[in-house]
Amino acid sequence: MISIKGLYKQFDQLEVLKGIDLEVEKGKVVVVIGPSGSGKTTLLRCVNVLETPTKGVLTIAGQTLDFSKNVSKKSIASFRRLTGMVFQNYNLFPHKTALENVMEGPIIVKGEDKAKARKKAQELLEKVGLGDKIDDYPSRLSGGQKQRVGIARAMAMEPEVMLFDEPTSALDPELVGEVLKVMKDLAREGMTMMVVTHEMRFARDAADEVMFMDGGVVVERNKPNEIFSNPKEERTKRFLNMIM
Amino acid sequence: MAPIRKSPRNGLVKMYLSNIAVDPDRTARLIEIAKTSLWPLLEGAISYTIPLTIISFIFGLLLAILTALARITHVKILQVIARIYVSAIRGTPLLVQLFIIFYGLPNVGVTLDPFISAVIGFSLNVGAYASETIRAAILSISKGQWEAGYSIGMSYSQVLQRIILPQAARVSLPPLSNTFISLVKDTSLASVVLITEMFRRAQEITSRNYEFLLVYTEAALIYWVICSFLSVLQQYMEKRLDRYDV
Repeated sequence: MISIKGLYKQFDQLEVLKGIDLEVEKGKVVVVIGPSGSGKTTLLRCVNVLETPTKGVLTIAGQTLDFSKNVSKKSIASFRRLTGMVFQNYNLFPHKTALENVMEGPIIVKGEDKAKARKKAQELLEKVGLGDKIDDYPSRLSGGQKQRVGIARAMAMEPEVMLFDEPTSALDPELVGEVLKVMKDLAREGMTMMVVTHEMRFARDAADEVMFMDGGVVVERNKPNEIFSNPKEERTKRFLNMIM
Repeated sequence: MAPIRKSPRNGLVKMYLSNIAVDPDRTARLIEIAKTSLWPLLEGAISYTIPLTIISFIFGLLLAILTALARITHVKILQVIARIYVSAIRGTPLLVQLFIIFYGLPNVGVTLDPFISAVIGFSLNVGAYASETIRAAILSISKGQWEAGYSIGMSYSQVLQRIILPQAARVSLPPLSNTFISLVKDTSLASVVLITEMFRRAQEITSRNYEFLLVYTEAALIYWVICSFLSVLQQYMEKRLDRYDV
């Protein structure tokens, strides 16, 4: 479903990604962990081209972008529609209600009929447990509620892949559970997911594979049980010791 | 009761009033002039001051949005053009600009109708000043809003129109209202390019009856009423746009 080959990203002098190769099969959940500055967020942002990779080849659901050549804006836009992104700071549209946030993409980008988009948005919000909040503006919602709207907004575009960039890092501890539950439900329904997170419990419970990054490279990848109980690389051991 | 402090100004007002009081004929004349000049002044406001303000503000605002976008693009040449335009307009007096457009351009064969000259002059002016306001407002919207728009597949212009500009509008409403209210008053400068807007009407009336204080004060009051109405409108709009920002 996702294939990343030889992906590099450089900001001015700083090389953040130093050749990433990764395959994610359809319906699998990959959790990316690593210390700050390891490039995990940049990797995620490269997958939906919010950052343009310096070189490398990205393929999602059969569509390919090769960044060693010139990539047109049009092909980036259509490529982006294959992915849904959930941001650490939610980035909801503050001037739109929860329902309007979710309807925006289907109506404006896909040109869906308003009534249909509304019905679908309502169902999605009910699914994330916010059926009674559809007409609230984001400023009225708690962090956990905002993030669930964010997930519904991304899902409304019916993406092939969902990307989560530290979705619970900005939340108060007691609100983390409600967001993780929605994510686990999605995983169970067979959504292909790439998740950057510090929630090791989520990694243990929901991931098919955990990938440890450091210094712009993938240090180790394995099944969650393996990597947590029996890490092979020294750097992985040190990192896990620090956070667990 | 506190004693009334006698200031020289107080004295002047008293003199003017007593002048009227001792001469009932003059009082009647002043009241008559105030009455008869009201309609010509209002007519000047309705047929020129207000249309000139609204039309110039609309064109100016469009120009301001384009200029603001030109300033924030990565296209160097657009940035430079926008900068020179803003600098030239802000660095020269509006009165001089109006003279160049109306009296100067005919020398190179471009003769414009007075009203069109004035609209061009005021629009260019609003465009330059408001572009700075709008540019700042657009830059004040967080980068995450752009990214959220892109992430659901929107194009640059879709994000701009649907996500960024509506939020920037709220931020720029108070400074833009200032620009608008200033414009109402600045249109009095159109009198110099032969437009019979309210202030020129006042000048015409006083040239016949020499009642400068009365007629100019009357015109000033009408400007004040118009601007007060606009302030109320501004408050109403701010409240409406605030609905999502508890």
